[in-house]
Amino acid sequence: MRYTKSRAILCLVALVIVTQLLTRITGTSYYLTQLTMSAYYALVVIGLTVLMGYAGQISIGHAGFFAIGGYLSAALTTHNLIPLAGSPLVQFLGRLGVLVRGQDIYGEQLLTVTPWAACLAAILVAALIAFLLGIPVLKLKGHYLAMATLGFGTIIYRIALASDYFGEADGISEVPGFTLLPGVAGLPPLVVNGDFDSRVQNYYIAWGVLIIGMVLLLNLIDSRVGRALRSIHGSEEAAEAAGVDTARCKLQVFVLSAVYAALAGVLLTHYNGGLGPSEASVMKSVRYVALVAVGGMANLWGALVMGAGLTFLSLRGVFGSFDDAVFGAILILVMLFAPDGILSLRLNGLRTCLKRESTDR
Amino acid sequence: MTADLFFQYLFAGITYGIMYAIVAIGFNIIYNTTGIINFAQGEFVMLGGMIAISLLHFVPLPLAVAGGVVITMLVGALIEILFIRWLDNPSVLRMIIITIGLSILIREAALHIWGESIRSLPYFYGNEITTITLGPVRISPQVLWVLGVCGIVVLLLSVFFKVTPLGREMRACAANRRAAILCGINARNMVTFSFMLSAGIGALAGCVMSPITYTQYDSGTPLAIKGFTVAILGGLGNSMGAVAAGILLGIIEAYSISFVPLAFQDAISITILLIILFVRPHGLFGSGEAARLKEF
Repeated sequence: MRYTKSRAILCLVALVIVTQLLTRITGTSYYLTQLTMSAYYALVVIGLTVLMGYAGQISIGHAGFFAIGGYLSAALTTHNLIPLAGSPLVQFLGRLGVLVRGQDIYGEQLLTVTPWAACLAAILVAALIAFLLGIPVLKLKGHYLAMATLGFGTIIYRIALASDYFGEADGISEVPGFTLLPGVAGLPPLVVNGDFDSRVQNYYIAWGVLIIGMVLLLNLIDSRVGRALRSIHGSEEAAEAAGVDTARCKLQVFVLSAVYAALAGVLLTHYNGGLGPSEASVMKSVRYVALVAVGGMANLWGALVMGAGLTFLSLRGVFGSFDDAVFGAILILVMLFAPDGILSLRLNGLRTCLKRESTDR
Repeated sequence: MTADLFFQYLFAGITYGIMYAIVAIGFNIIYNTTGIINFAQGEFVMLGGMIAISLLHFVPLPLAVAGGVVITMLVGALIEILFIRWLDNPSVLRMIIITIGLSILIREAALHIWGESIRSLPYFYGNEITTITLGPVRISPQVLWVLGVCGIVVLLLSVFFKVTPLGREMRACAANRRAAILCGINARNMVTFSFMLSAGIGALAGCVMSPITYTQYDSGTPLAIKGFTVAILGGLGNSMGAVAAGILLGIIEAYSISFVPLAFQDAISITILLIILFVRPHGLFGSGEAARLKEF
């Protein structure tokens, strides 16, 4: 049954390539910008799907992890360390080779952390915070879990809004590009940035990351861990009785979904060249929850399609000033009429096929 | 810190704490009859204030406040009838998401109706600079209005739940829904009543606090988080506990200003919420054994 899965992934890859070719033929390559951003937001959504849909643990604080990733990476790669160059910490970092010298537009000397080091640091910090937060939070259930994660998200938002280091209400701008791979053997370097010329390249980077993330998650939910997660969703007591270490399982998934959110935050920040505190707001977290719900909760493909699709429409400004209202309405309508997601109404064929796949095992 | 300043902070803390307590009581009423936490509770507070401010163009202040409360109660009833009444035994996760969706819709509707401007009701007595001297502290008469209204609400509520038939029926539903239905109580209507009641109390709170805290389309969510903190702190469903916890949180917040920047004030109450959730999820005044039997 691996066959179905790899076929679906191949379809997605083909779709991504066809979309890019279509925009080139029709001369609408400006769509690529929003498509790239949608891919990163979809990365958060699929990570959250595993936590909410499969493990059954709600989180209204994932914008917080997204912001931790984005803000740390942005702050580390933009804040000038020259004034601190004498301090032992900076000298140690310099010896590690994670600092880079440059010049700003006024010709001023800059000393900043390299994007790779900043990215790894941001993701590690996000994972660590998720781990420390997850130990007490995941013992909670229902309303308490929802409020605790909402509270966490609000704290991150407040910190971003109130601290000078993170630019207060203005956020951080002029974040440099993220060179994933240096140019070798005549090939151009692989850079995540918002330059006009590298739009196509960035589109493929974003969707490539999303597809790799998707494959990993698909494999995860079909594995022993995935079955354990679903058993937790069904009944925590029964799972415990069957020998599943529920606390550890939930914590692992929580950290994993936080890492997905942080990675998306890092990459999107380098792509956009900056971010503001609104990325950490409660409304963003609610939006991720809405996208998971509309995708069908325990449905990674639904989450990917809806996450990328609706975010694309929203970024294109289709909903106008009713943007938040649309997501609120989606949330209510889906929960009232189709708690299994609207794909359960439309793509019934695909779902039964996927179901058969999971029962065969 | 001088003694005068100490008492001044104390009074500010009590005022804000009482406001949080009223929001928390709104949470408790709905939680007690349905087991639902209504994440849109803060929006009722905002709606009450906003509607009263709009009505003030046409009618005098007391009528505007009354109108704001009544209309918000109708909105509460309408929300319950449209979105919650006909759901068959919905899961907690589903109810959380629905009420969050509702709070977004109400907020966005308020944004489109009233815009982003910050409004407020006039002071009920005197104006911004009227002060009453109470020993070492000077307070605005509006503070006395807040204290008085809250006191009366808590008193009336406890009488309502103890004495009146409707209050007893609501308590019966909270204690055992099935048994209440067998006694001929219409449990669904009781849920509608509880939404109306908590919407009305929220709206009244929104009106009396509006001159002090101002009203804006998005002022509901922060209040809801504070109110929820207080509700948990006092033990979910316990109204007297909510008043005590509200005053406690208000005072902590008021004194925290002298130690940390104002921007982090919200972070403090949320940190308290998280600590309480981790250490004593049944609240300061709740019983741990009773909490274990409840569904969250």
